[in-house]
Amino acid sequence: MTTDILTATDLKKYFVIGHTSRLKGKPITVKAVDTVSFSIHNGETLGLVGESGSGKSTIAYTIIGMYRPTSGNLKFRGEELFQANRKRPLHLRKEIQIVFQDPGSSLNPRRNIKEILELPLKIHQPSNNRLDQIIHLLETVDMPPEYMYKYTHMLSGGEKQIVAVARALATNPSLMILDEPTSALDVSVQAKIINLFLRLQNEFNLSYLFITHDLSLMRNVASRVAIMYLGKICEVAETADFFQRPLHPYTQMLLSSIPVVTEEEEKLKPKKVISTGEIPSPVNIPIGCSFNTRCPFVMDICYKIDPVMVEAGKDHTVRCHLFNQPELTSNT
Amino acid sequence: MTEQKSTGREFTSTLTTQEIKKLERESRLQNLGRSWYKFSRNPLSVVGIVTVIIIVLLAIFAPYVTPYPRHAQAFTDFAHAKLPPSSQHLFGTDQIGRDILTRSIFGLRSSLLMGVVVLTLVVPVGVLLGLLAGYFQGTWIDTIIMRVTDIFLSVPPLILALAIASVLEPNLWNGMMAVSLMWWPWYTRLVYGLGVTLRNEYFVISAEVTGASTAHILFREILPNTLSPILTKMSLDVAWVIIIGSMLSFVGLGVQPPEPSLGTMIADGARYLPDQWWIAVFPALVIVVVVLGFNLLGDGVRDMFASEEV
Amino acid sequence: MSSEPLLLEIKDLHVHFAVYGGRLKVLDGINFYMRNGEKVGLVGETGCGKTTTMKTILRVLPMPPARIPQGEIYFMNSDILKMSNSELQQVRGRGISMIFQDPTAALNPVFNVGEQMMAVIKHSENRGKRSSRQEIHQQAINSLQEVALADPERLLRSYPVQLSGGMRQRVCIGMALSTHPKLLIADEPGTSLDVTIQDQVLRLLRALVVEKNTSIILITHTLGIVRELTDRVYVMYAGNMVEVATTKKLFANPRHPYTQGLISTVPRLTGGGIASGIPGRIPDYLNPPPGCRFHPRCPYVMDICHTEKPPLFRLDQDHEVACFLYHDQKKDTTMP
Repeated sequence: MTTDILTATDLKKYFVIGHTSRLKGKPITVKAVDTVSFSIHNGETLGLVGESGSGKSTIAYTIIGMYRPTSGNLKFRGEELFQANRKRPLHLRKEIQIVFQDPGSSLNPRRNIKEILELPLKIHQPSNNRLDQIIHLLETVDMPPEYMYKYTHMLSGGEKQIVAVARALATNPSLMILDEPTSALDVSVQAKIINLFLRLQNEFNLSYLFITHDLSLMRNVASRVAIMYLGKICEVAETADFFQRPLHPYTQMLLSSIPVVTEEEEKLKPKKVISTGEIPSPVNIPIGCSFNTRCPFVMDICYKIDPVMVEAGKDHTVRCHLFNQPELTSNT
Repeated sequence: MTEQKSTGREFTSTLTTQEIKKLERESRLQNLGRSWYKFSRNPLSVVGIVTVIIIVLLAIFAPYVTPYPRHAQAFTDFAHAKLPPSSQHLFGTDQIGRDILTRSIFGLRSSLLMGVVVLTLVVPVGVLLGLLAGYFQGTWIDTIIMRVTDIFLSVPPLILALAIASVLEPNLWNGMMAVSLMWWPWYTRLVYGLGVTLRNEYFVISAEVTGASTAHILFREILPNTLSPILTKMSLDVAWVIIIGSMLSFVGLGVQPPEPSLGTMIADGARYLPDQWWIAVFPALVIVVVVLGFNLLGDGVRDMFASEEV
Repeated sequence: MSSEPLLLEIKDLHVHFAVYGGRLKVLDGINFYMRNGEKVGLVGETGCGKTTTMKTILRVLPMPPARIPQGEIYFMNSDILKMSNSELQQVRGRGISMIFQDPTAALNPVFNVGEQMMAVIKHSENRGKRSSRQEIHQQAINSLQEVALADPERLLRSYPVQLSGGMRQRVCIGMALSTHPKLLIADEPGTSLDVTIQDQVLRLLRALVVEKNTSIILITHTLGIVRELTDRVYVMYAGNMVEVATTKKLFANPRHPYTQGLISTVPRLTGGGIASGIPGRIPDYLNPPPGCRFHPRCPYVMDICHTEKPPLFRLDQDHEVACFLYHDQKKDTTMP
């Protein structure tokens, strides 16, 4: 679609982490991302939820160019992001930026703020008046220009993250990948940063891929939500629908385990879905549906065939055998 | 960001170029103050740096501060040979009548010179190779650099230095070349280990993703984070190089007479032990003080780089 | 208030750190108490001093930069701050045990689980009692079974790297409880875990604590967890306890402006957008603001807040607030 800023089609990213034996052993592969397709519409915030091992960070790092996909394709405004074996051209690097989870390690502790912000400006926005650019950038994120000469250990977690946001903004991107940007921060600081993201989105017409495991946060930030488990997408829906009508058992499991602070939220949570088993090792994903080791609604077919994505409502897709058969009533 | 529309927020930039410069100066001073604070927490570090400063000054101004500067060159005075320490000769005189205090201080010159020259040669080369090998770990660059490093490291250092020095004409410069050739691999090893970890840090990845050049990543992202161990090692290494240099001159392969060298003085004085003990002991004590001074300085440098998390 | 003896009582604790530029006055007169069997939460954001408080209780603060100019900490009626090293050894383990935020960092990677657990059990034994290796081994197995870990024999032989995050945290809990402590301090026990695992681990923790009648202090900045797991909550800001109440009352009716701000910034599952957060940042401990440390950020600040530090005012039996708004109860700032 021409209104999509990013489209992923059958994206796969496998990592070979060793071999079964020294000489002729078979490679041990982690299927971090296993045939994932999604699209981000212009100007929207697509939320990506998942726990550790779900592959959400791998997707982020692939989009940003840290990893090459094993197969499948990834297009930015129709332009293929991974051209043959060439390195990604500058104009694409400029358009897609990322904010990492841990502000402590995403900023070089031996460089001050001015130097940190200089780098993207130097590469993508050459100008005679670098200092003015930097001050303007700091202003945009509501940071006093006096912070220019500070080092990261003089800043709080929230302030560091604001610098990381400023750095991403410096290249004037169109798409920002936000990988758990507030998970390491206190809740009141999180509010500030999220508000900053929302304001920037408005001002600069940004599109976001917002990755987090915090569903309460997702509820208030994303326009559409996709949930991942062990490298595959389980369910995608518009936000309100996702939370009011969670279909996939994993979605229900997640939603029912979140700690909340008010009674009304308690009532909204689906009935408690308790995991009946352990998370499988990522190198040994079960045959059939990868959730079959923990799913309380598991059926015979789940051990044999991997379900495919089906429509289960307006703009609501889910990948679960419970929804392949229309006669079966779902558990919502 | 010049194409962006004005945002009309209350926060306006009121900083003039002057104010910015002032800000920069202030923050530099603050950083220096902070570094000194961390350095001086341990009083021994202050002792170290003061000792080193005194030693360096003595070496530089040797002709002006020593009582008998002429004794540092070809000079004999058998009438005053082998005199014990006295108010005329604080460290006594040696077997041909030269004042040992003077010669010790002049001897500092060649020792310090060796330390400085060797490190100036060794550190840039060693660090650069380490950075390259570490960042390109797993590639042929890494393999070549690290295998060569391993070869040099596998030869016992002193033997290597001796072998080289004995092939070449024995003098101070060749002695320094020999020590340099065996010293650089340690820095490569050190920086390699650090670089391999650092290249996976998110701030390095962030720079790569934005499109920074390899040079930028090596020298502006990775190198500053390796400075702490490098500088600490350097301050301790000065002491080591001095000792090795003394060993070389002890066996006759460093500074040649009549140039004073602490090692040679010890070698010559050894045969006069224990009766004329001062001929060998005082130069040895001078080495001890120098080494101690640099060691304490090294501790202080390490503290200076320590993180400030409370 | 019952007349039962207090398990832990902190009186007017001040802790300072010497740094470049002066002294960080981190803890500014903390008061805290709890009884046997209570589950108390300590809520506060990064930098508020909650970790410092816990480290002071266990006396693991590095004492050259840290100084304790004032204060007492009574654990079962003995002042921890005045104890000798050998007395402290008795307290740590049998008296007070701790679980840390990151189970990976808390476990030594070069020893297997069995060695670490048995070392803990052995060191916490009463002087004079010397269990055999067999007995200690059995105790270790019991501890692992209590935290619902399958196949404890094999687990004892495993190394921490072979376990998942949730399992490591459960091992840490098992280790902490194996010494039968009277008080367990859990510092952000679920933060590094996935939500579904966190849920499992926390419910397990609550069950164990109730079963063994261990008292627990749960330190966290996640309000939802506090609401689910504790009976009473202390809210901490910039080295002061600003509000203390039963959990129910705190969430139903938070009184301190900081608590209100904090709760309002938690994103709601029911939607409604994100609150704007609390303006300003935590104070500089080198030169903390005079009077109430929260006053520069407080929407209801009054003149007196600039000059005097508010004591804890009692609203009712289970609810105290350190705020001048409640000095004469004229203002009612109940959240809408």
